[in-house]
Amino acid sequence: MIADVNAKANDGTYLSTTRAIEVEHIVKKYGDFTAVDDVSFYVNDGEIFGLLGPNGAGKSTLIRMMTTLIPITAGRALIGGHDVAKDPDAARRMIGVIPQALTSDLDLTVEENLNIYAKLYDVPAKERKRSIDELLGLVDLTKWRDAQTKTLSGGMRRRLEIARGLVHHPKIFFLDEPTTGLDPVSRVAVWEMLGNIKNQRQLTILITTHYMDEADRLCDRIAIVDHGKLVALDAPMALKKSVPGSNVIEAQFENFPGDWEQRLRTLADVTSVQHEGAGMYRVLTGNGSRTTTELVEMAVAAGVAVKSLSVQNTTLDDVFVHYTGRQLRDELQKAYAFVMPQRPGLQP
Amino acid sequence: MNHIMAIVEREMRKFFRSPALMLASMIFPLVQLVILGNAFGGKIRDARVAIVDQDGGTQALKIREAFDSVRANIRTFVPVYYDNEKHAVEDVRNGKLDGAVIIPPQFSRRVYEDNHPQIALVVDNSDNFMSSALESELTDLTNALNQPTVEPRILQQTALSIVELYPYIEYMKYLLPGSLTLAMFVSVMIGGGMLYIDDKARGVHEGYLVTPITKLELVLGLNAAGAIKAVMTGVIICVIGALISGVNTIFNPVTMLGLLVMIVLTSLAFNTMMFLLMVRIEDPLVPRAMFGILNTLLFFPSGAIYPIQAFPPWLRGIAEVDPFSYAVDGFKCLLLKETTLAAVWGDMLFLSIFAAVTLGIAIPLFKRTL
Repeated sequence: MIADVNAKANDGTYLSTTRAIEVEHIVKKYGDFTAVDDVSFYVNDGEIFGLLGPNGAGKSTLIRMMTTLIPITAGRALIGGHDVAKDPDAARRMIGVIPQALTSDLDLTVEENLNIYAKLYDVPAKERKRSIDELLGLVDLTKWRDAQTKTLSGGMRRRLEIARGLVHHPKIFFLDEPTTGLDPVSRVAVWEMLGNIKNQRQLTILITTHYMDEADRLCDRIAIVDHGKLVALDAPMALKKSVPGSNVIEAQFENFPGDWEQRLRTLADVTSVQHEGAGMYRVLTGNGSRTTTELVEMAVAAGVAVKSLSVQNTTLDDVFVHYTGRQLRDELQKAYAFVMPQRPGLQP
Repeated sequence: MNHIMAIVEREMRKFFRSPALMLASMIFPLVQLVILGNAFGGKIRDARVAIVDQDGGTQALKIREAFDSVRANIRTFVPVYYDNEKHAVEDVRNGKLDGAVIIPPQFSRRVYEDNHPQIALVVDNSDNFMSSALESELTDLTNALNQPTVEPRILQQTALSIVELYPYIEYMKYLLPGSLTLAMFVSVMIGGGMLYIDDKARGVHEGYLVTPITKLELVLGLNAAGAIKAVMTGVIICVIGALISGVNTIFNPVTMLGLLVMIVLTSLAFNTMMFLLMVRIEDPLVPRAMFGILNTLLFFPSGAIYPIQAFPPWLRGIAEVDPFSYAVDGFKCLLLKETTLAAVWGDMLFLSIFAAVTLGIAIPLFKRTL
């Protein structure tokens, strides 16, 4: 099911309808495994478009097909009107790409890294210095221009990569999980920087992320991807509205009876109840305050202890649960647990 | 062209910022030159050889005197006198002795009767070099003993007069062409092999692939960068190696030009070969694992440390297609024999064709996508 609205920004205004990216029934197969399964969407000029999903959902595969890095099995992708399979070089000249890994040369200085890429993109020698000066200012690395990249922090290196992707003035900017591995302060700095860059350079941005707050804050529209399929696509607000219930109550109980989940469903305005284990319940409701009051009264009457309780607005995680039946954060925890299972008690 | 130059510039900047890697590619061949050159250059001295005289006659005494003469002069071996043959053989077996000469009972009598007199040499043939040296020395010694006291009127044997074309070449000098070739190979292995795969694994190539650079430009840029690193290594090792081993021919302008051309062609041939081997490899461990295999497979059959003429046919077959063989031969001609360029054009032609063929195969195999 794809809920689609045409290029509606966070503030509710409609954007230009010229399409920077068009993806039509795109498929990627590795042998019998289908990594991307018949995905279609478009991104309008000037839009920030997010691909949200857990690790292994197919986001990076999608971005790699759009940026000519891997061949497409079926379907087609148009970048700035250029078919990436038929005219890859024209597509490449339109785009800037920031891969997931930090790939700038550690032994080279900040300026040298930018200079090499400016040459690879045929930026004329006269323009190169001016362009690099401007970009270094934009990503706040002017005073680090002669520093070797290995001396920079992770956040600074990510900013350098962003500058590198913009060195040839692309129209469309692809960022594959640009804030993964960064501390919260650096993440916010990258978000602000991307907002500024987008406005100054009139860029179209396609970003993949598994951070819900990142997608919520940055993106005009979000496509939720799961198991290689596109399961929902809309503006963040519209996606949240598409989920029944406007509040989420998370409560942990002790000494609760076996039919506690059924009893919770009987509370006023409740649309769904999910038991997450260890006595923790996640209750979606259309009226957070009224359901909370009734829930506490019911717990007291039944002799059930309430260990913790929180009420919040619907998030994109709830949207993900609604469309996939699973929680995005659980999927991420599974992915991390797979990577580092050795030390007992170590939580990601 | 700008794209190729950008790749080369990036590689060169990285190269000069990592002096440890640059030194590593040069130190190994230099250490080999100095250590192997000195270790293998000398002759056997003071080997311990037992003499078990079970005869005690005058002819046995002549043999013992001959052994004492060797000890006093060329010192190939030191005789150690044993009474018991069994003990002597046992000591050869357990490594206390390097060999044993047994003079059997009735030896002198058999000599006088002209009845096939024999002495026995027991050698530890697990060490071929030592056993060959002892066999050779003992053969000379018995031949000398067999000389008749009165010379026949007519000389029945044809004498061989040996004319050496070049002054005596010490082993370290002999090893220099091989060490120079090895230095370029190590440079290519590190600069063109390991770093190439490491860059792939780190995603650096992903950065290249999203730019409008063509497949040919990318391949030529990476190969040119690897070859330039090997040329720099070759020039430095050629000068340092020649100075260490006392080869003065490098100061001849014609030789210098020939060496430069050989270094460039060898670097290109090695780098394109390495690129072909690595073109589809993704795992950074593979080039590290391959280093030892390639070193053995290419360096040792090349004639760098032992003459190809001593190889069995199958090993000669490897040497025939091994670019190392042609590089070593070319450098040997220029450094040790001071030949003109005409003598090495065959080596240069092979290296040029080898580079063109390996590059020609590698280009279609190179993937422009991930």
